[in-house]
Amino acid sequence: MSADSLRDRFERGLSSPICLTWELTYACNLACTHCLSSSGRRDPRELSTSEAKSLIDEIAAMQIFYINIGGGEPMIRRDFFELIEHAVAQRVGVKFSTNGTRIDEAAARRLAGIDYLDAQISIDGVDAATSDRVRGAGSYDQARRAMDNLKAADFGPFKISVVMTRESVEQLDRFEELAAHYGAELRLTRLRPSGRGADVWEALHPTLAQNRSLYQWLLERPNVLTGDSFFHLSALGSPLEGLNLCGAGRVVCLIDPVGEVYACPFVIHEEFRAGNVRDGGFGSVWTTSELFRSLREPGSPGACSSCGSYDACRGGCMAAKFFTGLEMGDPDPECVFGHGEAALAAKKVSIRPTPSPDHSRRIPVAVRSR
Amino acid sequence: MTLSSTGVFDASAPWRLSEQVSLRDEAFGALAYHHGNRRLVFLKSRELVILVRSLDAYENVDEAIASTLPQALRDQYVKALSSLASSEIIHER
Repeated sequence: MSADSLRDRFERGLSSPICLTWELTYACNLACTHCLSSSGRRDPRELSTSEAKSLIDEIAAMQIFYINIGGGEPMIRRDFFELIEHAVAQRVGVKFSTNGTRIDEAAARRLAGIDYLDAQISIDGVDAATSDRVRGAGSYDQARRAMDNLKAADFGPFKISVVMTRESVEQLDRFEELAAHYGAELRLTRLRPSGRGADVWEALHPTLAQNRSLYQWLLERPNVLTGDSFFHLSALGSPLEGLNLCGAGRVVCLIDPVGEVYACPFVIHEEFRAGNVRDGGFGSVWTTSELFRSLREPGSPGACSSCGSYDACRGGCMAAKFFTGLEMGDPDPECVFGHGEAALAAKKVSIRPTPSPDHSRRIPVAVRSR
Repeated sequence: MTLSSTGVFDASAPWRLSEQVSLRDEAFGALAYHHGNRRLVFLKSRELVILVRSLDAYENVDEAIASTLPQALRDQYVKALSSLASSEIIHER
């Protein structure tokens, strides 16, 4: 079977997701300007410990190899360790994404003792000034302290996770040096206009020229992790590492803190809601949701049908189109040939969907040092 | 242990699916995930999945192939196993 037909097979969906993201809570002690889930305040309807454990049991039974845990800030949940230990005990690996504020020396030691656990510490600049502009004053220093603590606890190669903005994309080599300093892996992901990211995307998304440099940089470094984030850049030539397809509802999905299942982590919006794990479990949502069924149908290339690179980028990211007000058949707003910018400019009226739900805090937060 | 020091996959040796690997059947074959090195590997045929699962039951790889597949496919499947060995999905026992 050729690689392409395997990709076709993935587009028709798998028996269980490969990449399942589970946002444990909407509560967060930071207020990053690009937060995909508009997090801040805990939702009173969030899954209880026993509901969360049942969900983990189901995930194990569905042979989902690992879960990507995020939030909000997942470590804010009092049962955080209980839940991840419950998962790894059943050989469900955990990759969790954190701002690092809760990784003191004791937490680092506890994390280091857990098998099948990967930690991703987020920063959005290689220095405090750049990173704090996105993530809030003091956040960079706290993330670095978390990294120091993980290193001291001999956690092993944790990941440094960076969203590529117009500023951070200029610091790639320095991020690489920082990762090497910690013996860490570097993980770069795409800035998406999702959640609060909708408010900053226009100002912060990389320029066409920056995206071209990023593509070259990544091509030369297949070991840099991207979570398949930049497949829209594969239209520039050789494909980047990864499946190079939109996995939404096919091999990817998201469970939010209140049990809602969305097609991917970047579309927390009513239009992409497939169901709720409280109504008959996650497996039934995955296999019977009308939304997922329609996403697994062969898509139409739409406006991209005449482009010779459609097979490389498959029209790009559904979420990026949706939240910039483009249609599904339009090019990705960051199409490497500029077709997305043209499509955006051609819209007579730009109606961008409001992200829903919004758990942002109403009062700006200041990060205290602990 | 993965490949012999020469880097050549030895089909006359006994091999097995790694204890660290979970296999999940899919319509195209199976997904294999190595919990240690975190690699996700696609087994792109049903026959390969059956072969990988059966390795443990035979004296060596050649015998496993002879018992589960037409001989004409031997080289193709040795190659596939060799690639699984380099990802540590299978190892010598």
